[in-house]
Amino acid sequence: MEIGLGHYLTVAAILFTLGIFGIFMTRKTVIIILMSIELMLLAVNINLVAFSTHLNVLVGQVFAMFVLTVAAGEAAIGLAILVVYFRNRGSIAVEDINMMKG
Amino acid sequence: MILPALAFYLFATITVACGVLVIASRNPVHSVLFLILAFFNSAGLFVLLGAEFLAMILVIVYVGAVAVLFMFVVMMLDINFVELRQGFLQYLPIGLLVSFILLVEILMVVGAWVISPEAASVAAAPTPDPALRSNVAALGDLVYTRYVYLFQAAGMILLVAMIGAIVLTLRSRPGVKRQKISDQVSRTRESSVEIKKVQPGQGV
Repeated sequence: MEIGLGHYLTVAAILFTLGIFGIFMTRKTVIIILMSIELMLLAVNINLVAFSTHLNVLVGQVFAMFVLTVAAGEAAIGLAILVVYFRNRGSIAVEDINMMKG
Repeated sequence: MILPALAFYLFATITVACGVLVIASRNPVHSVLFLILAFFNSAGLFVLLGAEFLAMILVIVYVGAVAVLFMFVVMMLDINFVELRQGFLQYLPIGLLVSFILLVEILMVVGAWVISPEAASVAAAPTPDPALRSNVAALGDLVYTRYVYLFQAAGMILLVAMIGAIVLTLRSRPGVKRQKISDQVSRTRESSVEIKKVQPGQGV
């Protein structure tokens, strides 16, 4: 049995959908939402690397590296915002984050 | 021939299962641990695809930095684990609906998709033969020449993220004793030492 591009794309699609599902399901803590975003970025990276290998083009891996960079920065900033928010409000439940509601 | 397929199915199954458990586990600490396992197994997928450098980077950056950061924040914040999962079922239908629609859309796109025959001839940077040039060396050839500005931009992004995280979380609380080097350096003999003449047999 040959493992082709479709197999990897399927795994990535399932992971991406799981990320979306996690964002929709989480109502109590923002941390799980951030983790879901990391899952989605991982799925994107799997897609990029799979295409890079199967089209025999190296640029996909370069781009996956940049996606990794941005994901690391995003996690750092997101968690910093989370810590500041928890310090100010004492809660990180998604339902409580409504200060900017008109 | 059967071994790569077995490895793929092993890594893929564990990755997807860990993705489910990240969302479904009750304790955020367990979620982070499952996230780490998912990253490890997708690093295995990357190795199967021939992207060794990205696999190692994934382990170093994600498991070594991002997941530890998550772990720190989860343990630092005082979260009530009992309340966390209340109202989970309330959003289940809409979540299932949206993710099902998304999955169907992605599968439709992927299913009706073919690679153009002339794609290989217009490739911007064809992958060199792994026997002649390793994956790391080939990536370095590309990143440090053609994409050097993007590489610098990535470094800037990390710098901005670092400074941003420090600025966001730095705070000066009153009543905290901290070292003031300028005060220490500007001490003089007169302000810190007092000489008293002590008569013999009388004490200070």
